[in-house]
Amino acid sequence: MTWDPLPGDDRGRDEGAEQGLAASFKAVPGGAAAFFEQPQAGVIRSLVSQVAELVSADAEAGGEAGNLEAELGLSSHEQAPDDPVLARLLPDAYSDDAGAAAEFRRYTEETLRSGKVASAQTVLASLPPGGGEVRLSEPECQQWLRALNDVRLALSVRLGITDENDDLTEHFQVDDPRSAYVWVYQWLAYLQDSLLDALT
Amino acid sequence: MTGQQSALDAPWVTVVWNDPVNLMNYVTYVFQRVFGYPKVKAEKLMLDVHHKGKAVVSSGTREAMERDAETLHGYGLWATVSHDS
Repeated sequence: MTWDPLPGDDRGRDEGAEQGLAASFKAVPGGAAAFFEQPQAGVIRSLVSQVAELVSADAEAGGEAGNLEAELGLSSHEQAPDDPVLARLLPDAYSDDAGAAAEFRRYTEETLRSGKVASAQTVLASLPPGGGEVRLSEPECQQWLRALNDVRLALSVRLGITDENDDLTEHFQVDDPRSAYVWVYQWLAYLQDSLLDALT
Repeated sequence: MTGQQSALDAPWVTVVWNDPVNLMNYVTYVFQRVFGYPKVKAEKLMLDVHHKGKAVVSSGTREAMERDAETLHGYGLWATVSHDS
């Protein structure tokens, strides 16, 4: 994950929220809708793309044997990924049985990876790079929920979030590019929460 | 039922583990959607995960539990399969 400087990052975190930059979803007939400014759309698209690339690039690194197995819908991977973000997105299903965990991964990992990529693609297809209103059908809402969650999981690993009660703003110096992403992480939680509200 | 029989019949379970990221209402929503649980039951399970660190969310055959774990991984929840004991 790269820590690209955020647009307009010289503003204060709270100031950004006061300016109405914290886009959120509202329920509309058949789904949910939200309005995104261009910087918001850019941030979401960038992060969602990065997660999709991470999840799919590593899957293609299996070599010829990996390709053959991929055609059969099998994963050539039997161990949890080394990258802690991938390990969180593609976790072991058995905590105390490495053999069973490997077997489970072999038969499910490709499906799990492609599902995450599909969620990301739904977000990228429905969120214009320049921002604007986004109206989502119910199935699209489901994909957005998962994609936003995957991005939050990835950010949490990269930001070292291990305790939900942490004051995240104290993790980084102000001039650390990651400090801006603490705000993004919190905003994405707010956005995901608003989408859940719209659905229930 | 003898101990031996109960060991053979003991169901497999799907366990969901707490993490600092997944929103509480998201976890509740996923339990309702994946298992069809009423909101009250889904909330109770979510709170068990939150306060006790983990909760058994479903039980049955090993194959069914693996399907549940796979589905929950799709939602980003941290789920494992184990033999109930």
